[in-house]
Amino acid sequence: MSGSSNLVAMKKIVQQLRFEASINRVKVSQAAADLQQFCMQNALQDPLLTGVSSSTNPFRPQKVCSFL
Amino acid sequence: MGEMDTLKKEADGLKTQIETARKAVNDTTMAAVASGVAAAPRIQLKNRKTLKGHLAKIYGLHWSADNRHMVSASQDGKLLIWDTYTGNKVYAVPLKSSWVMSCSMAPSGNLVASGGLDNMCTIVNIKAASPKTIRELDAHEGYLSHSRFLNDSEILTASGDTTCCLWDLETGKQKVVYKSHVGDCMCLAMSPDQNTFISGACDSSAKLWDIRDGGCKQTFIGHTSDINAIAFFPSGTAIITGSDDCTLKMYDLRADQEVNGYQDAALNAGVTSVSLSSSGRLVFAGYDNFNCNIWDSLKAEKVGVLSGHDNRVSCIGVPDDGLGICTGSWDSFLKIWN
Repeated sequence: MSGSSNLVAMKKIVQQLRFEASINRVKVSQAAADLQQFCMQNALQDPLLTGVSSSTNPFRPQKVCSFL
Repeated sequence: MGEMDTLKKEADGLKTQIETARKAVNDTTMAAVASGVAAAPRIQLKNRKTLKGHLAKIYGLHWSADNRHMVSASQDGKLLIWDTYTGNKVYAVPLKSSWVMSCSMAPSGNLVASGGLDNMCTIVNIKAASPKTIRELDAHEGYLSHSRFLNDSEILTASGDTTCCLWDLETGKQKVVYKSHVGDCMCLAMSPDQNTFISGACDSSAKLWDIRDGGCKQTFIGHTSDINAIAFFPSGTAIITGSDDCTLKMYDLRADQEVNGYQDAALNAGVTSVSLSSSGRLVFAGYDNFNCNIWDSLKAEKVGVLSGHDNRVSCIGVPDDGLGICTGSWDSFLKIWN
């Protein structure tokens, strides 16, 4: 019966919301500071941020010099 | 009638409780926290390679864990596996159904997966003498929008039937089904530690799931339309979503709420795809308006644009070593930038 299956679905929704309501939350100030710190700590190793030198760029076709 | 009403009241009460709890920890904004940090430089990336070979719209791409190979899927009915250093095609996998919506490669590089309007996820061994279909995962009741391998024996899928699923590739059967979304699931991403994954759906919400027990741990709301793209911030403690509402949002998992938004009044195009640079500072987002915008994840300012495609940017990806970014488009080309 669609009535009782709606009830079952609603019970699941309530159960899920109860679970989600119960979690611990960290302050945004702390969370944002941690995300910022992660960015700062890894900035120098981020090639798209700092640039890739042409000698180490795997996507850049290398011009080859050869002695004839 | 009585019990239903009681349950609805309880549900509304719980939603209010969650909102109140989120507000209680909302003691500042990301903009305020990031005000002390230097602005990210203007990012001007060059198109280093254009991969030509598909004959129709590209719908998906996925880098190999080796940072060099990549698989792409097109509605020309093919998966192509590329060597991005040379631009050569290494394998071509013909698909039974050309209505493909996504593709992925296993970390080992041995297997690729694809699926779409056929509601199936097809697994192909590309290291066999010639590419060989080893499994057709066939239990979803809606289109396959996304997939990601955990390893050579397990794969996660997202479907238009509103569920996500973990499959056992030895048996071809579903191991865990993730049910909670009330709209088509459009995208998924795995956490760096592979214990959880996130999904985005047409119900405008993103959900965090425990991979092993199938439970939904957190739900993130705020978008006002379909979430088409989702990615983890590299620390694993935040996620970025991209939506048809033309915005991207960053949700912090520990604060359980939105902490930053990326939008522009002039931008009138839905977000199709998202990927982050290796430090998480840069957010690359593909839009319906043929461009890819580059956002500073902390200050929420636009710091660059990748333009060059002649049609919608449908997919985007940064390899694990962070050395470049690839965009895939309905114009049938893939472009690599750095």
